Amino acid sequence: MAEASSSSEFPKKVVYCGVCSLPPEYCEFGGTVKKCEEWLEQNHPAMHEKLYSQEAIEQNLSALSLDAQKRAEKDAQKKAAKAASAEAKAQEQRATSKVLIKRIERNKRKYVTAVQGLEQFGLDIKKVAKDFGKKFATGSSVTKVPGGGEEITVQGDLSDDILDYLTETYSDIPEDNVECIEDKKKKAAG
Amino acid sequence: MFKKDITPGPKTKVKSSAQRGIRQKVLDQYPQLEPYIDDIMPKKEQLDLVKLPDRIALYALSAVPLFFQHMDDPLLPHLTLIHRYPHCFTRLRIDRGAIRFVLSGASLMVPGLTSAGGRLPGNADDTEGRYGGKDGGDGGELDAGEVVVIEAEGKENACFVGVLKMGTGEMKRVRKGQALEGGHYLGDGLWQLNLA
Ligand SMILES: [Zn+2]
Repeated sequence: MAEASSSSEFPKKVVYCGVCSLPPEYCEFGGTVKKCEEWLEQNHPAMHEKLYSQEAIEQNLSALSLDAQKRAEKDAQKKAAKAASAEAKAQEQRATSKVLIKRIERNKRKYVTAVQGLEQFGLDIKKVAKDFGKKFATGSSVTKVPGGGEEITVQGDLSDDILDYLTETYSDIPEDNVECIEDKKKKAAG
Repeated sequence: MFKKDITPGPKTKVKSSAQRGIRQKVLDQYPQLEPYIDDIMPKKEQLDLVKLPDRIALYALSAVPLFFQHMDDPLLPHLTLIHRYPHCFTRLRIDRGAIRFVLSGASLMVPGLTSAGGRLPGNADDTEGRYGGKDGGDGGELDAGEVVVIEAEGKENACFVGVLKMGTGEMKRVRKGQALEGGHYLGDGLWQLNLA
C-alpha cells in the first residue's frame, strides 16, 4: 500500500551544485564555497535561502565544539587557498597557451586543417572534433601527435572559419592566442 | 577506494543473459529496490560495463553509473543512485564533525557514529527507524561485511557508501576503531568520473 503512494515520490530529484558537483548542502566542505553560493543563489534561490540563512549557519556551528570549529575553519581556509591557487594556475596556463591552426596541403588544391592545443583550455578534444564535423559538415577526427598529445584533423581548408568559430564559441580562448600557420607539403625533411 | 582521479577503461556491452544475472543480484542484495528496478535497469536497455582500475567493474546505463563491484565482492550502489532511492538502502549517520574527514577520503571512524550527532541502529532519537537494519529480533544491529549508506547530521543526502568493518553492536561497546572499509564518497574519483 505504502508502495503505491511512494512510487511517485521516487526517484527523488536531487539538485547538484553547478560549481563543485556535490549536493549544495555539502558545498561548505569544498574549497569553492563562495562561487557555489553565488551559483545557488542564481539557480535555486529557495534552496539558497534555506542553506545560507543566518539561522542555518548558526545551527551548523552549534553542532561542533569550539575546538572542532576552529580546526574546521582552518581546514576550510586551507582548502579555499588551494582552490584559489589551482584556479590562478589554470588561468595563467590559459594566458600562455597557444592554439595552433595548421593548413596542410594534402594533394594539389586539397587541404586538411589541423588544430592543436585545445586541451590546454580545458576542452574535451573529442567533443570539439564532433562539433567541428557538425558545424562545417565535414570529416573531423582526433589523431595522436607524435611526441604526445592529440590534435583535431578537419577535412578541407577551414583555417579562418575555425579561428572565428573557436573565438566566438569559447570565450576562454583569447584571439591573440590562436595562430594560423601553413604547412606546405614536403617541407625540408624533418 | 577512489581517492585518486580515475581513468575509465573501455566500455563493453553486457550480454542480455549476464544483464539478467546482475539484475537478480541487485534484487537479492537490495530487495527494497524491487518496485523501481524497471526504472533503474529497464530490461530492454543496454547495460554497459566499464572497467576501472584495481579490478573494479562499474555498471552503467548509457552515461548513468549504477553499481560498482570489486572482483566478486558485493555490488555497491553509486551515490547518485542512492540519492534517487535513499530509503532502499541500509543507512547509518555520522555527526557533523566527521563529514569533512569522510569527504577528504579518510577512513570513517566509529566515534563519528557513536557520538550524539551520529546514528547507529536503535537510536532513541531516531523515532522513524530510519537508521539500521530491518529488525530481526536484534534491534536492527548490522554485522561486519554489510553494505551501508552513510548519511550525515543536518544533511538530507548521503555522503558515503561502504562495507562495515565492525558490527554495529561491537561499535557501541568499544566506541573506537575503523567503522567502514573502502567505498565511495561525494567528490571522489568515481563521483567525478564522466562517462559521457
Ligand atoms: Zn558547490
